[in-house]
Amino acid sequence: MSDNVARRGFLVGGLGGAVLLASGCTSNEPAAAPSSAAPAPAQATGGNDQPGTKVVIGFSAPAADHGWIAAIAKNAESAAKQYSDIEFKPVEPTNDINQQISAVESLIAAKVNALVILPNDGQQLNQVALQATEAGIPVINLDRIFPDKLAYRTWIGGDNYGMGVAAGHYIGTELKSKNVSNPVIVEIQGIATLPLTQDRSKGFADALKTYGFKVTAQQDAQFTVETGNEVATSLLQAHKKIDALWNHDDDQGVGVLAAIKEASRDEFIMVGGAGSLNAMKEIQSGTSVLKATVTYSPTMASSAIKLARLIAQGKGMSDLVENQVPQSITLASETITKDNVEKYLALGFES
Amino acid sequence: MSEPTTDRPPGKTAALSLPSIRGVGEMRHLGLFGALALLVVVGLITRPDNFATASNLVSILSLAATIGVITVGATFVIIGGGIDLSVGAVMALASVWATTLATQSYGPVVMAICAILVGTGAGLVNGILIAYGRLVPFIATLAMLVAARGLAQRMSDRKTQLIQSDNAALVDLSTTRVAGIPLLVYVFALVVVLGWVLLNRTTFGRRTYAVGGNPEAARLAGIDVRRHTMLLYALSGLCCGIAAILIMARTTTGSSTHGDLYELDAIAAVIIGGTLLTGGRGTIMGSILGLLIFTLITNLFILNGLNTSDQLIAKGLIIVVAVLLQRRNLKERAP
Repeated sequence: MSDNVARRGFLVGGLGGAVLLASGCTSNEPAAAPSSAAPAPAQATGGNDQPGTKVVIGFSAPAADHGWIAAIAKNAESAAKQYSDIEFKPVEPTNDINQQISAVESLIAAKVNALVILPNDGQQLNQVALQATEAGIPVINLDRIFPDKLAYRTWIGGDNYGMGVAAGHYIGTELKSKNVSNPVIVEIQGIATLPLTQDRSKGFADALKTYGFKVTAQQDAQFTVETGNEVATSLLQAHKKIDALWNHDDDQGVGVLAAIKEASRDEFIMVGGAGSLNAMKEIQSGTSVLKATVTYSPTMASSAIKLARLIAQGKGMSDLVENQVPQSITLASETITKDNVEKYLALGFES
Repeated sequence: MSEPTTDRPPGKTAALSLPSIRGVGEMRHLGLFGALALLVVVGLITRPDNFATASNLVSILSLAATIGVITVGATFVIIGGGIDLSVGAVMALASVWATTLATQSYGPVVMAICAILVGTGAGLVNGILIAYGRLVPFIATLAMLVAARGLAQRMSDRKTQLIQSDNAALVDLSTTRVAGIPLLVYVFALVVVLGWVLLNRTTFGRRTYAVGGNPEAARLAGIDVRRHTMLLYALSGLCCGIAAILIMARTTTGSSTHGDLYELDAIAAVIIGGTLLTGGRGTIMGSILGLLIFTLITNLFILNGLNTSDQLIAKGLIIVVAVLLQRRNLKERAP
């Protein structure tokens, strides 16, 4: 009976998610409506938000093939809208390296005051970023890093290793508080060949080690609902009793949760990754095995726009002592649980 | 197309000689059963406590169900001398179309019908292009693969579409169990039985063998080869539509990422099952056994905590070994 209730809760959560998907289903245009659930970044202290010199900020990112990238573009736009002194110049998003290079070139030619670039591939766009820097345009490198430090002014991005650490600490503390010895800890990765996946797994293992725990079983999926479902179905058979499960990606997590419900299992705690709206609603319901998710938040795009504005206006970050914006900013992976989920709901992205 | 070298009798006699073809198939199944038995033994030895449990068997069948339904359709197409590369993409498109908010507002029955219509429609387009447009099946269905995947991404805006709580009846296919087995496994079994009857006990089935074995002879024997070819692809599309319903039930979603590389899994299962890629020979049972071998390998690897790279190597080896064995079988049986 309890698993039935859990399923209902899940589906109610799903309903909310589906309603928010409405624009995606009824129109064929990328959901660019900034009105819907746009995160409201915190106001800066120290008067940095006062209108200053007018600046033009160019923006280039890959096409949205995943909810996360879609949220990046949306967040960048809504952050720019908050400032009357920003003229936001996005270029057509593309997954083609060649096209992204020409798009950035066109922004250089247009003499924008700052560039925010999330490259399709840091290596391959390094050259054009270098050109921009040489032309005197500060480049704010978003997430996927350019190998050449001369190519960018500031890098801001997420912490994959830190995601693993956050998940490991959550699971470690929970299991310690329950006095579980020799726990069965299962990990479902994304695409195993990606460096980001390996970083996440390493962080997870390292954090668990501080509690004297280790990963019992690890399998990789493909960041898709279907593969998450397949892998979880067999993993649940392999381990009759699990104490904790970390799934790297909330989108594939939809499939993992479906497999868990199908198998009527609820003896363990599950932690997600990325911070999608679906996952947050699931955590909020309280009836799900999903107890937490660790963020890799697309809000970094909003922050990148803010940084671009400060750099272009020659301002520093007012909470810091330095006169200039730092060279590198790594976001902390935050742990969302039932206790703080309210605060994050507005930042959740539709997977 | 020209047939002077063929040793198969044309037209009606092809139909009459069917029992012997089936006989060959059943002999070949012995090898498949052997391989399956071997895997079961490996499972019993390596994970005695987890492998032979009822719930693991149910898991294996549930995992096999979606692609199994597609494999039934693929078997028809390949016996008929064609190939369908678009199956995974068509299934994804059907799942997305059936889970748009517009479709969901009509309830689970309409969603299921929608998936079936989209699948059959896409298959029909394949069939018309191949039979009447004279496109090579490989090219026509490759085009459909790319286009259907693209359309699915467009419709879903590349997002995962959840099934709403009003339509939970669809998810019940996966969660409701009768005699301990989820409903979707019964759907799978029903499709296999119907496929078997259609292939072995009807004129449609006999014509499929005839068209695949020797289209020119089939035409001379009075079979409308083009129409039949078109219907084969529509049938494959229908199976994709049914598979879309099952994947929606299992994952509670429709998504443009569903069914990635299913075409390769389905073709591999059909080949392992002893169906000739050149058409004219093959059995449903063989394909299903081939698929179960693949599913069992994945299950065994995960039960033993081995990674996907090793699974891929094992699957590649099995395909090669299966085809080599079949070739030897065929030679031995040659007059």
